[in-house]
Amino acid sequence: MTAVNFIERMQTGLWRENPGLVQLLGLCPLLAVTSTFVNGLGLGIATLLVLTCSNVLVSATRRWILSEIRVPIYVLIIASLVTCTELIFKAWFPALDRSLGIFIPLIVTNCAIVARAEVFASRNGIVASLFDGLGMGAGFALLLMAIGLFRELIGRGSIFAEFDKLLGGEPLAGLVLVDGGWLLAVLPPGAFFSLALAVALKNHLDGRRKMARQS
Amino acid sequence: MMARVARGGVTLAAIAAICTTLVAATYRLTTERIAANEQAWLEQSLLPALGNVDYDGSITESRLVLEPPHELPGSDTAIIYRAYSGGAPVAALFAVTATGGYAGPIRILVGVDVAGAVTGVRILEHRETPGLGDGIEASRSDWVYQFDGRSLGDPPAAAWRLRVDGGEFDQLTGASVTPRAVVKAIQETLLYFGAHQAGIFDRPATAEPK
Repeated sequence: MTAVNFIERMQTGLWRENPGLVQLLGLCPLLAVTSTFVNGLGLGIATLLVLTCSNVLVSATRRWILSEIRVPIYVLIIASLVTCTELIFKAWFPALDRSLGIFIPLIVTNCAIVARAEVFASRNGIVASLFDGLGMGAGFALLLMAIGLFRELIGRGSIFAEFDKLLGGEPLAGLVLVDGGWLLAVLPPGAFFSLALAVALKNHLDGRRKMARQS
Repeated sequence: MMARVARGGVTLAAIAAICTTLVAATYRLTTERIAANEQAWLEQSLLPALGNVDYDGSITESRLVLEPPHELPGSDTAIIYRAYSGGAPVAALFAVTATGGYAGPIRILVGVDVAGAVTGVRILEHRETPGLGDGIEASRSDWVYQFDGRSLGDPPAAAWRLRVDGGEFDQLTGASVTPRAVVKAIQETLLYFGAHQAGIFDRPATAEPK
């Protein structure tokens, strides 16, 4: 039962209702930080962490929370978790924290998190909410990484550059495939183009699958 | 009705207390590491601008904080870090703000040795266009190294400019506004150093704001 539930929640989060691709939630961080793969990975992990914890806490406390005060409580829980995450990043991944800057504290405004609290965690059990948080968080994180990888490859001609932000130590250049790249991809417009391509690709794949099923 | 309000209030208070405890515990757990990280980051970011100058002690502990108005470039707080060797001054680092860049202030670090020669220049913070103006960063191009060893008389004052402006310093491909701002700030820093050298090294360090 739980195994099936887990797979089903993962499918929902990663593909069917992917917060970035389908629900188009949390676009501000998604567009702003994905200039490199490492940035996408860092913010992805932070969001996954906050989303999973907030889902579990909201689900665990749902019996005692009156519907009138549920929103302030979600805000309180999410804001505390984000503050803790920020402190942890500052303490153990200082370089990544500097590079993500304001977007770590801004996870608190990521509507994907409060949306999952309201839509799912407040109506389901702790285990289901945990799976939902993991699925949705992983869906968001993978999208951030994919867009980061794509923009870095096109815009700078490298992959996995600046991994020292995550691991510490000497600066790492990553795999440089081409020197320089198509600059537009790492500038803000490139973020919109990349997301549009990702959404289009998903819709295309879904459309083909549907056609295949019908015929 | 009243009971419902009271119940809501109590729940809210209880959850607020739990959340505050959680944040406070994380803060206590991380505060030391964060302070150490920031100190290490500062020392690490200062070192490259010192070149090969030998010094003893900590340069971050010898800082002078100059609140505006001051005669250094920019209208932000300027910081001077002083390096000594055996009690004798060897070099000073100036964290100043270059104005006139393409996108807001550029925070730069200029190292000057006691003879008045530049030991190194590094960019601390900027928001210039990626791929164009960000060539001022040492990690993106070697543009910033052309100032090493230069001083007020080398090149002469009239040539302390970019080549496009008739001076001696290279600009960046596709960007001259950003380098122009940086060159101007470096020259102004050297002028300040020339005029105030003795005073800079004699003053007691500014106390840590704690």
